[in-house]
Amino acid sequence: MKYSYYPGCTLKTKAKDLDAYARASARALGFELEEIENWQCCGGVYPLGSDEIATKLSSVRALNEAKEKGQDLVTLCSACHHVIKRVNDDMKNVEDIRTRANNYMQLDEPYAGETTVLHFLEVLRDRVGFDELKKKVVNPLTGRKIGAYYGCLLLRPSGLLEFDNPENPTIIEDFIRAIGATPVVYPYRNECCGGYISLKEKDMTKRMSTTVMDSAAGLGAEMLITACPLCMYNLKKSGSGKIPVYYFTELLAEALGVKEEAAKA
Amino acid sequence: MQRIGVFVCHCGSNIAATVDVKKVVEMARLEPGVVHAEDYQYMCSEVGQAKIAAAIHEKHLTGVVVCSCSPRMHEATFRKAAEKAGLNPYMVEIANIREHCSWIHKNIEEATEKAVILARAAIAKVNLNAPLKAGESRVTKRALVIGGGIAGIQTALDIADAGYEVDIVEKTPSIGGRMSQLDKTFPTLDCSACILTPKMVEASAHEKINIYTYSEVEKVTGFVGDFTVDIRKKARSVDMTKCTGCGVCQEKCPSKKAPSEFNRGLNNRSAIYTPFAQAIPNVPVIDREHCIKFKTGKCGLCEKVCQAGAIDYTQKDEIITEKYGAIVVATGFDTIKLDKYDEYAYSQSKDVITSLELERIMNAAGPTKGHLERLSDGKPPKNMVFIQCVGSRCSDNRGKSYCSKICCMYTAKHAMLIRDKYPDVNVTVFYIDVRTPGKNFDEFYRRAVEDYGVNYIKGQVGKVAPQPNGQLLVQGVDLIDNKQILMEADMVVLATAIEPDPSVRKIATMLTASIDTNNFLTEAHAKLRPVESPTAGVFLSGVCQGPKDIPETVAQAGAAAVKAIGLLAKDKLMTNPCTAKSDELLCNGCSQCANVCPYGAISYETKLINDHGIREERRVAVVNNALCQGCGACTVTCPSGAMDLQGFSNRQILAEVDAICR
Repeated sequence: MKYSYYPGCTLKTKAKDLDAYARASARALGFELEEIENWQCCGGVYPLGSDEIATKLSSVRALNEAKEKGQDLVTLCSACHHVIKRVNDDMKNVEDIRTRANNYMQLDEPYAGETTVLHFLEVLRDRVGFDELKKKVVNPLTGRKIGAYYGCLLLRPSGLLEFDNPENPTIIEDFIRAIGATPVVYPYRNECCGGYISLKEKDMTKRMSTTVMDSAAGLGAEMLITACPLCMYNLKKSGSGKIPVYYFTELLAEALGVKEEAAKA
Repeated sequence: MQRIGVFVCHCGSNIAATVDVKKVVEMARLEPGVVHAEDYQYMCSEVGQAKIAAAIHEKHLTGVVVCSCSPRMHEATFRKAAEKAGLNPYMVEIANIREHCSWIHKNIEEATEKAVILARAAIAKVNLNAPLKAGESRVTKRALVIGGGIAGIQTALDIADAGYEVDIVEKTPSIGGRMSQLDKTFPTLDCSACILTPKMVEASAHEKINIYTYSEVEKVTGFVGDFTVDIRKKARSVDMTKCTGCGVCQEKCPSKKAPSEFNRGLNNRSAIYTPFAQAIPNVPVIDREHCIKFKTGKCGLCEKVCQAGAIDYTQKDEIITEKYGAIVVATGFDTIKLDKYDEYAYSQSKDVITSLELERIMNAAGPTKGHLERLSDGKPPKNMVFIQCVGSRCSDNRGKSYCSKICCMYTAKHAMLIRDKYPDVNVTVFYIDVRTPGKNFDEFYRRAVEDYGVNYIKGQVGKVAPQPNGQLLVQGVDLIDNKQILMEADMVVLATAIEPDPSVRKIATMLTASIDTNNFLTEAHAKLRPVESPTAGVFLSGVCQGPKDIPETVAQAGAAAVKAIGLLAKDKLMTNPCTAKSDELLCNGCSQCANVCPYGAISYETKLINDHGIREERRVAVVNNALCQGCGACTVTCPSGAMDLQGFSNRQILAEVDAICR
């Protein structure tokens, strides 16, 4: 199975390992991430302005390329996933944006939101299946107590992202179980870490990140895992430092026995 | 040729402001058969009706068209007036130029054109009308009440006191309903059981009332005055005639792990059980899912200890068929599921509970014997937070759009009772609005605030976070102070929205009674017929019609009873003469009409038919006029055009269509 893959800028720089572990894990699980050509930065923030389409075009290009290949588009970074999925919804449902974006793009065939956007976790849950993943685990992470950190971008707005129950998500907990570890459910796993205001409101960011980290640690988590490079940066920098933070793909690669291979790549 | 009179009503300005009524009169005069046309300010008034009567006499009218409001409003009025003046009432037709025209249009020219067309259609129909005569049907002098809560009990008592037989069908093992689960009632704080139990006893002892508990309505056929109902009496596994209600079986039963429905699953009960101590009847049932005897074949302890020999493992469900003249629905409510409200951590913490669960905790017969304590560790709480409108007044699709109406009052009650019994517990209530319209209600709420020191905060809660130390961190907002609030609580109580009991959907389908998008039963008229269903002979009692507190429920239960009594007091009912009729010469006996008839009104006979001189035996459809409700399903199904509806014949309908398209 081949998927079109949109890594995004951060996965080429600060979050290289999030990317490398994912690719190695995908191979081990029997699917391939085919990086789309000439992708551009998604902008990192979903552009709310409805009178400007330029900020949405990079997403549209990526979506259209996947459509032309007849593949689903897989993302990994929470921010990229959020932006691309919402722009896709605009292209499907907001006539004004669709018309103006297509007028600008001059595609052979207009793009109208045909591509399915999947987060890597959704591929694991809905395409591979957590039961199947469990069977492929060679190195179960038995005994490790892990807190899932969802952050806000994957879950909300829940009607559009359709990722999981925004108030009581379970997908990362199910993932943790599949790789043999024990999930620690803590109440702040779906609250914002303050990433977007980490430069402007340092005190508030510190408070928010610390709330997340201390809540998880207090309930017995030994580490946090996340899919978001910004959360990773912020929790490490502004959190209380009580427990370490990892990308979920690193633990996945470890469980699948491909961590070394990925690290070399 | 008919001699038709057309009467155009102004309805004050309701019609006349949007429709040029003079023009409608003028245009109606040009229609075939019309010999008289006039307009008047209020046709339904005595003067208006007199004008119709005068015209019938003077102009020797054979048909009447009234251009006015919906026939649901005044068709009966005008038909009666015409009948008084000597005209067959079915020679009167209504052109609805109010609801279908003036109320929904703004442009006078357009509305007038439409009114003229609607009048034309009605005139075309009357030209083909023939006098019809209503038949008679008998009334079975017995009422069925579905649901044995306070609504059903009150309705049954009122009907029975008027001298009619009543059956109550209750799906749980005891009557009593939600009210039996409540501890105290607002605004007087009297004990719920103390005022309910005497009513339960009265109903059970009443010679005219027969109670089927642990039973469900399975099938309803027939129509107003003459319903036939199948009731499934579920196997109780206990002989009601032998059981003395001593309770030994429940004590000895070794299977004690079934969640207690009565205590909202907060504790467990035995497999053989009565839901609560004052249950009526005081005869237990065996819950076969949890009974060891039924699961493994071994045990049988209850049989051994029963002195009366009442245990009967071989009992089977029994179907009872009974006839009724009237049916009252009193199926009540349940609280909504909270799976879409995970921000309040109901599924994550035992110390987040619903108000109905708190009701059980506060009750001396409840899971904590009436002691206010946390379900997680049994410790008494110091700080309690109540959250209002959980699932009510919801603007997205997670909850209910309506106000559940009872929560403001019971939350004030809970807050007050807790402050009274445990003065050192701090009580905070988060609310959107406090709604207390009811006699002595606002005074009650003010007492909670002013005399009992309950801390009311206008604002909603965004998150309840269970902390590592077992506390609940409540994150909310104070809209008046414009401040974010973060407070620790030991217990959080959710004023959970109420919704109609899920069983109502099936019952509404059986009764062909309509329900709204929230599964509340619809009234025949929201203001003027609030306790009647649009389905004749079906009445509504209690929360199945809309959220209500106990006083309102009891009042409505009485009103529903009066309507049912009014029906049962009649010996005979006039039937609707607009029933189906089959033309024997055209019928080919294909049975399609019988297959679609929802009332079982069509049967087949083999008859000697004289078809233009050809005499032969044919199998033909015959309609039972007493059963036919005039729905018309058979007329559109009939492939040979033999079936026709009297008063709404194919010719009449097509004439209307032609008149509209002309």
